[in-house]
Amino acid sequence: MNKDNLIIGGHSFSSRFILGSGKFSVKDTKTVLENGGVEMATLSVRRANTGDKENILDYIPDGITLLPNTSGARTADEAVRIARLTREMGCGEFVKIEIIRDSKYLLPDNEETIKATEILAKEGFIVMPYMMPDLAAARKLEAAGAASIMPLAAPIGSNKGLCTKDFIKIIIEETDLPVIVDAGIGKPSQACEAMELGCAAVMANTAIATAGDVALMSKAFKLAVESGRLAYLAGTGRVLENRGEASSPLTGFLHD
Amino acid sequence: MNNNRIDHMKYLEGMEVIETDIPDKVIAAMNDFDYSSYKASDVTNALRKDVLSPYDFGALLSPAADPYLEQIAQRAKEETRKHFGNSVTMFTPLYIANYCENHCIYCGFNCHNKINRAKLNSEEIEHEMELIAQTGLEEVLILTGESRKMSDIKYIGEACRIASKYFRVIGLEIYPVNSDEYRYLQECGADYITVFQETYDSDRYETLHLAGHKRIFPYRINAQERALMGGMRGVGFAALLGLSDFRKDAFATGMHAYLIQKKYPHAEIAFSCPRLRPTINHDEINPKDVHERQLLQVMCSYRIFMPFASMTISTRERAGFRDNVIGLAATKISAGVCTGIGGHDGEEEKGDSQFIISDPRNVEEVRQAIKDMGCQPVFTDYVRV
Repeated sequence: MNKDNLIIGGHSFSSRFILGSGKFSVKDTKTVLENGGVEMATLSVRRANTGDKENILDYIPDGITLLPNTSGARTADEAVRIARLTREMGCGEFVKIEIIRDSKYLLPDNEETIKATEILAKEGFIVMPYMMPDLAAARKLEAAGAASIMPLAAPIGSNKGLCTKDFIKIIIEETDLPVIVDAGIGKPSQACEAMELGCAAVMANTAIATAGDVALMSKAFKLAVESGRLAYLAGTGRVLENRGEASSPLTGFLHD
Repeated sequence: MNNNRIDHMKYLEGMEVIETDIPDKVIAAMNDFDYSSYKASDVTNALRKDVLSPYDFGALLSPAADPYLEQIAQRAKEETRKHFGNSVTMFTPLYIANYCENHCIYCGFNCHNKINRAKLNSEEIEHEMELIAQTGLEEVLILTGESRKMSDIKYIGEACRIASKYFRVIGLEIYPVNSDEYRYLQECGADYITVFQETYDSDRYETLHLAGHKRIFPYRINAQERALMGGMRGVGFAALLGLSDFRKDAFATGMHAYLIQKKYPHAEIAFSCPRLRPTINHDEINPKDVHERQLLQVMCSYRIFMPFASMTISTRERAGFRDNVIGLAATKISAGVCTGIGGHDGEEEKGDSQFIISDPRNVEEVRQAIKDMGCQPVFTDYVRV
């Protein structure tokens, strides 16, 4: 099992649970990261590096890989400029592209996302684009140099779970990149389901931030993600739909 | 209408006319909104839905919803948590001028009120902003009275330029302007504008705004759309509850925001929820029938109808109310507020205040109060690139 690491842009992670950090009290961040065994956490550039006394960067332990996101960007151009800012801030090479032109459902704009991915990948960023699960767009992102694909399970913050399951499954089958479910996962059981499906990792924020005990929920997610991964590696057993298997099958006579 | 007064529905020279059907739709929806016809089942149905229709929004605002206020508050809190986590954004207003050409009978700044008028010059603006920035705040809301003559666009643009040296987010609460002027202000650094419609009942509006460009109802109601055409990132909506039938005004405010967001999906939508407060020389005015319970009902209804919108809780409310609505429905709170002209240096204000505030706490005190409510104070939520 030691070798079952998540590889993104040449970097190796033993944890497959990525934490979104935007909705917590800053003081809880460290405990949540530790309890979740998290190795990668998002960082909203628009919140970081401010004069605020409570800079989230001070609460993220050194060993955690930062995944700065471009939240707030409405166009490819804005996302590119925010990404360059993260580099200047010394936040590393990873960037999660988030381009949203819809303030109601916060659904991503795939077209702009593809454009930004292409530009940033050429500039040497390890680009992880957040997207609507659409196979054509996923293929274009792969061609544009994305390091992973991050389809949404359901609208951000909705905690509705794998609403887009079938489409995510298609992307897993048809692209060679790690597919990381991002947004909409509301419960550990849903995270587990995503991992059983073959997702490379799961990202969550609201589900943990809105839990009664955020530290405990983070641990629950860690275990669920690990469990789902093991199930995927083991190869889930056959599940019979609706009816059982007849002991005298209709085609039994062929063996006679 | 008094014949000596100008027609409040007719644009004045220089006022940009845009093609839009939004005001007509808002007014029609408001006129059709018969809040007494709602039943308890309409309220419970609305609460069961994921995404509310305008009809459901009306149900939450209706008197039939009053017995369900606790459930409504629970749902509002759930939505706030989903969309904002426990973040609460802090900002402070800076009044740079209080000259006004309007005669709005309920307002302390109105042109017939004998108050001390003043405006800050560039050095004074910079001085005030420096002091505000020292408190740690990163968002400022610049306000002027509504005088195009005394506080022209260049003056406001200059204030925005100065502000962009000290702050990451700049809001404006100024008189409505044309889309090219909004574009100019946006280029000077402004991120969003808030325009209080005061009341959406145009007949009532006419009796309250006796003179000045503000009297022109359609120019004001289209301000948000012109601002978005001019490239502003966000627009804020508000009715001054208590000027007219508050349920109708709240419904119209929500519908206005709803239709604007539908037409401009990328626009960031914000609500403010002011009630009337006592003002200089007008102590006899009292909020009509908008008690805290009704105000909370309105705020929660906005939240559930448009869960992604930001919502500011006014300094006109007492500290106890403000603290309890953050994280529940409100997502934005001011601190260290002076409503006079200048005054952040502790020196005497140059000009008189627009209204009396009810929460005089400084930045550190409000920040602590946010934490005590289990929320996270956030000083900025935007990076301008």
